[in-house]
Amino acid sequence: MSSCIDKAEVVEMKDTVDTNAERKAWMGLFAKAPAGRVAALLDAVQARPDFTWLRPPEIGSVMVQGRAGGTGAPFNLGEMTVTRCALKLAGGEVGHAYLQGRRKDDAEAAALIDALMQTERADDLREAVIAPLKAELAGAAQARAARAAATKVEFFTMVRGED
Amino acid sequence: MYVAVKGGEAAIRNAHAWLAEERRGDTAVAELSVAQIREQLSLAVNRVMAEGSLYDPDLAALAIKQARGDLIEAVFLIRAYRTTLPRFGSTLPVETAEMACDRRISATFKDLPGGQILGPTFDYTHRLLDFKLAAEGGEDAHPAPAVEGVAPAAVPHVTGFLNREGLIEEAPREDSLPPDLTREPLEMPADRALRLQALTRADEGFTLSLAYSTQRGYARNHAFVGELRIGTVPVEMEIPGLGFSIEIGEITLTECETVNQFTGSKTEPPQFTRGYGLVFGQTERKAISMALVDRALRWEELGEDYQGAPAQDAEFVLYHSDNIQATGFLEHIKLPHYVDFQSELELVRKLRREAGVDSLQEAAE
Repeated sequence: MSSCIDKAEVVEMKDTVDTNAERKAWMGLFAKAPAGRVAALLDAVQARPDFTWLRPPEIGSVMVQGRAGGTGAPFNLGEMTVTRCALKLAGGEVGHAYLQGRRKDDAEAAALIDALMQTERADDLREAVIAPLKAELAGAAQARAARAAATKVEFFTMVRGED
Repeated sequence: MYVAVKGGEAAIRNAHAWLAEERRGDTAVAELSVAQIREQLSLAVNRVMAEGSLYDPDLAALAIKQARGDLIEAVFLIRAYRTTLPRFGSTLPVETAEMACDRRISATFKDLPGGQILGPTFDYTHRLLDFKLAAEGGEDAHPAPAVEGVAPAAVPHVTGFLNREGLIEEAPREDSLPPDLTREPLEMPADRALRLQALTRADEGFTLSLAYSTQRGYARNHAFVGELRIGTVPVEMEIPGLGFSIEIGEITLTECETVNQFTGSKTEPPQFTRGYGLVFGQTERKAISMALVDRALRWEELGEDYQGAPAQDAEFVLYHSDNIQATGFLEHIKLPHYVDFQSELELVRKLRREAGVDSLQEAAE
């Protein structure tokens, strides 16, 4: 654990923004992936490493906020279910997962990849897990946007028959 | 008052066993799966998520199955489940300006940047029963042609255009901590954040009727649907221990912004004012209703007159909008009230004696 913190501090001194931005991006991808997808991609590329739980998968809720008028003061919109966990690899790397829904298996896989991305496995995983996942989600969003675009209309105001 | 009773265990057990059988219905007919409900009755699922105030389509579908399609009972199950969950925290406010829109229409501007996107709507259907759906497997697959080369892009909020001209009141960005009626009892006076939280989980029927009452003249506020949008937004949250925020998922929301005529008051200049609705799922009737009621409840901060209309009365609206509170109090009166009623009976007999009227029973005795 201590070695992990040391390493993290060193990295932070180098380039905090970039490191966090990339990690932030992959954690977001795991959270939005369809159920079972993250685990399937991980298992296709490698055997699961040994780890110890820092926090075993736990289901809870978070309160989602909106803004009055879309841009104004925040208000509480309602809760959503979330699964979270944290684990540590034998080498001390810590992986976290926070994702929507009640998905303990997905949370475990996501936290494992998050930890492995801090090891020399990073390049392989970037190619075999993160890139395809990113492409799949972008493809789904694109398909949906294309369906929506097909329903785009032009309304014409008719001249009323009033004299 | 309800006084505890005991006994009847065997009868209650048998009643619940029969309930389970009735839920299943004719076993010659295939059983519904939770996934079928989630996918094919998705608007019911959305309503249960919105009024249950918990975004989880699988749980809402399960609740609908368990409740035999009684949506208020399903909302009740979701609310009860919610109380068992530990709360991990609060998200950052969702940014609806970045919504990936399935639907986005404006009743006030026909040519607007980003265009009018109808999406999967009942609008412009003829409301004729489609008997093809009654035939097993009779549903035609007719995918709408997709438009090639469309990149998902955020479309700007319509109220932004009016803002540029200064014709509409602003909703300036603020980052206060909103009150939470699931943690603190709802008390009056309720600020707008609290009202919006109560309205977004309010019963759709109640909200619709109140909104309709404002259109018919009870605190009329001349609402136009400036914009209605339905789509997905990412949900972002600061993760304790990580020191930065991540997207933890994606939810479908319906947002309605009304633009309301306003001739000005002692405190505000003549301008358009706004009502706001934001609801979980594809729930546009509810979101439009919410926006109208939100606007009616804003009379005081806009310096308007109180006309004594129900939709202006925050206490009336907020204390009667929650269908679980309402049904809980309403339905409890069917439970045994024997002791209570016994005392009422004694009282009426006594009053009749004093008034010189003999009851039939006493006459017979």
